Amino acid sequence: MVINSAVEPYKDNPLGDGGQRKKIHPHKFTMWIGISSIIMMFAGFTSAYIVKRQQPGWTDFEIPRVFWYSTAIILVSSLSMQAAVKSFKERAIVKYRNLILLTAVLGLVFITLQLLGFQQIWKSGVTFSGSGAGQFLYVIAGLHILHILGGIVTLLIMFFKAFSSKLKSYNAVPVEVASTYWHFVDFLWIYLFIFFLVIH
Amino acid sequence: MSNEAVLHGHSEVGAMHGLHDDHAGHHHKETFITKYVFSQDHKMICKQFIITGMIWAILGGLMSVIFRLQLGYPDSTFPILEDIFGRWAKGGKIQPQFYYALVTMHGTVLVFFVLTGGLSGTFANFLIPLQIGARDMASPFLNMLSYWFFFLASIVILSSLFVQTGPASGGWTVYPPLSALGDANEGSKIGMDLWISGMALFVVSSLLGGLNYISTILNMRTKGMSMTRMPLTMWALLFTAVLGVLSFPVLLSGLILLLFDRHAGTSFYLSDIFIASTHKALPNEGGSAILFQHLFWFLGHPEVYIIILPAMGLVSEVMSVNARKPIFGYMAMVGSMFAITILAFLVWAHHMFVTGLNPFLGSVFVLLTLLIAVPSAIKVFNWLTTLWKGNIRFTPAMLFAIGFVSLFISGGLTGIFLGNSTLDIPLHDTYFVIAHFHIVMGVSAFFGMFAGVYHWFPKMYGRYMNNLMGYIHFWVTLVGAYLIFWPMHYEGLAGMPRRYMDYRGWASFNQFEDLNRVISTVAMVVFAVQLMFVFNFFYSIFKGRKVTTQNPWGGTTLEWTTPIRPGHGNWPGEIPEVHRWAYDYSKDGRDFISQTEPIGSEESKH
Repeated sequence: MVINSAVEPYKDNPLGDGGQRKKIHPHKFTMWIGISSIIMMFAGFTSAYIVKRQQPGWTDFEIPRVFWYSTAIILVSSLSMQAAVKSFKERAIVKYRNLILLTAVLGLVFITLQLLGFQQIWKSGVTFSGSGAGQFLYVIAGLHILHILGGIVTLLIMFFKAFSSKLKSYNAVPVEVASTYWHFVDFLWIYLFIFFLVIH
Repeated sequence: MSNEAVLHGHSEVGAMHGLHDDHAGHHHKETFITKYVFSQDHKMICKQFIITGMIWAILGGLMSVIFRLQLGYPDSTFPILEDIFGRWAKGGKIQPQFYYALVTMHGTVLVFFVLTGGLSGTFANFLIPLQIGARDMASPFLNMLSYWFFFLASIVILSSLFVQTGPASGGWTVYPPLSALGDANEGSKIGMDLWISGMALFVVSSLLGGLNYISTILNMRTKGMSMTRMPLTMWALLFTAVLGVLSFPVLLSGLILLLFDRHAGTSFYLSDIFIASTHKALPNEGGSAILFQHLFWFLGHPEVYIIILPAMGLVSEVMSVNARKPIFGYMAMVGSMFAITILAFLVWAHHMFVTGLNPFLGSVFVLLTLLIAVPSAIKVFNWLTTLWKGNIRFTPAMLFAIGFVSLFISGGLTGIFLGNSTLDIPLHDTYFVIAHFHIVMGVSAFFGMFAGVYHWFPKMYGRYMNNLMGYIHFWVTLVGAYLIFWPMHYEGLAGMPRRYMDYRGWASFNQFEDLNRVISTVAMVVFAVQLMFVFNFFYSIFKGRKVTTQNPWGGTTLEWTTPIRPGHGNWPGEIPEVHRWAYDYSKDGRDFISQTEPIGSEESKH
């Protein structure tokens, strides 16, 4: 059938018949634009923070030590993610699977540490009432945790997919897109952490 | 009148692909669910968007008819309203809470669900792959999700109309503190939560769509389709998507903070509040309601360009095809849309001149706002010069395109009034503002959308819409729109404030009693004509005259090289290669030259 032969090449080559140029893969590009929109969201929050800080009644809080540990954890998870991409490309699937799982677990550890940090701040008397740095931190870092959770869910899906025996696909694009996202949420936390440390 | 009588363009490629038409549906392995419901075909997603958008437009339009009844006939009672709406229209009179719910939801529905979701969603989905020469979007799956998030958002907002305390009713801008305090306003109870969740889903939908549109346009153009060979519709939709991707997340930030103020007891926006109805002083301190306005309008202003840019793109394309002339000043058109996109992010505070904004800061925003007049004027000039000495075919689509320019000029001029803070301070929150934005972005965006629907309907459904109904639709809507909104300028200049349901207490506005009745009556007539358009749309899907040629309007762009009813994948064979820009009309003695035709050795330059 005419149409069949026309649609099939599209399935494995999204550039369609026009795959003549060496360009960034559309899915990777889509991820980058998605990242820019997440950046805008957090830019909205941090600029609200800056504007609000100049107004009377601003309250502050002490950054708990545990945030330093969570920062270290998320940095390590980026390394393990990178190693996972590398082993996928070398077709070392068992190693890839383990590294993906390790990354997801590190993500969960990061979230736990963040929540511990929240608890410490909360216990120091900074609750939801008010509108100072602490309340902004709960909202901003809380949303960051949601973004990490999204990443963990993706990683787990990829982990279980790697067990499937009938799928022998070595297309690295999905893994690379996921790693771009993971590095981004890592970077995003570093930015937010420095932001809260500096603009105090 | 038939289209063939109006047109004489026939495609030379028409006969070539005609024989593939029967294959185009590729019936195998497609179920009803994958074809019509969870479809990943951009053309089907387009149809889902436009039909959902039309349902919203009818509901949103109906809301305006109901509150216009109150404004035009404040002394009368309408028992039928009580039969339908119960206690919201006790004794046949619209209750204040109902009135505010109506105006709020009218704004929300029209701005977001019709003119953003319905307009961009429809035409970006339909035209992008077809006009750049791609089989589908970069990610058909995300594209499908984009529609279903839109659908979910629609369900949530729709459900808010049925809760006991009513939908959000603090205006479509949902300014706190009113929107944050359920005790102060019935509509700020569960209705407001549904509004926020609905909008959050809408933002997700619009982001998923926008990511796809940008990535598809930048990455998936066919061979030879350089950026400057793209039709202006593509540029318009690209800039629209960029605006959406960068501004909607900021609205989401603002709404999340609002949600915390509502439920977690934070006071980002709340400070020193005493609620009269409960005799309670709130503990919130240190919040700033103005902060919300900054976050809101950082989206809110780009939002109006998200609405108008696609309409500009559609109008440019329809106008060039039906004037049988190249669009005048293609690069100037692209440049001015780029300028509008940049300026869109730099003018948001002109909505806030009366918030106590520093006048020096205000003057910067005045300057930047007035700068938008430059690219807008360039575009208007180019449309007029495209029409100049054109061989114009007055199809319904073309009439709507010309009507768009008329409305855009009329509404744009009052923008210059309002952009000046000195004039805005007395005119703020009067009917002058209502008149301005309804003409310049409400009705004119609708005109752009109608131009697009009439023009591309044959490509969408393989049938024509009825022309006679199209002409009636155009003339009644154009005359009606001016009759409705023109008098509002006078009311606004006289100081008549917006957002009041009854003006009889003001002796100074009694002079407008008859005028308001005229406006309300015309609004009902115009609404009825829109229903006729909807009838025409659905009737023509099934009973419209069949399209028999591949390229009924004699267009140069790639969508007219596909079969009459293209299947998933758009082109049955190879994707055509592009050799020239999209506007070779009336060139070297030929009516038009398709983009797929190589440049001849003798050919003159455009």
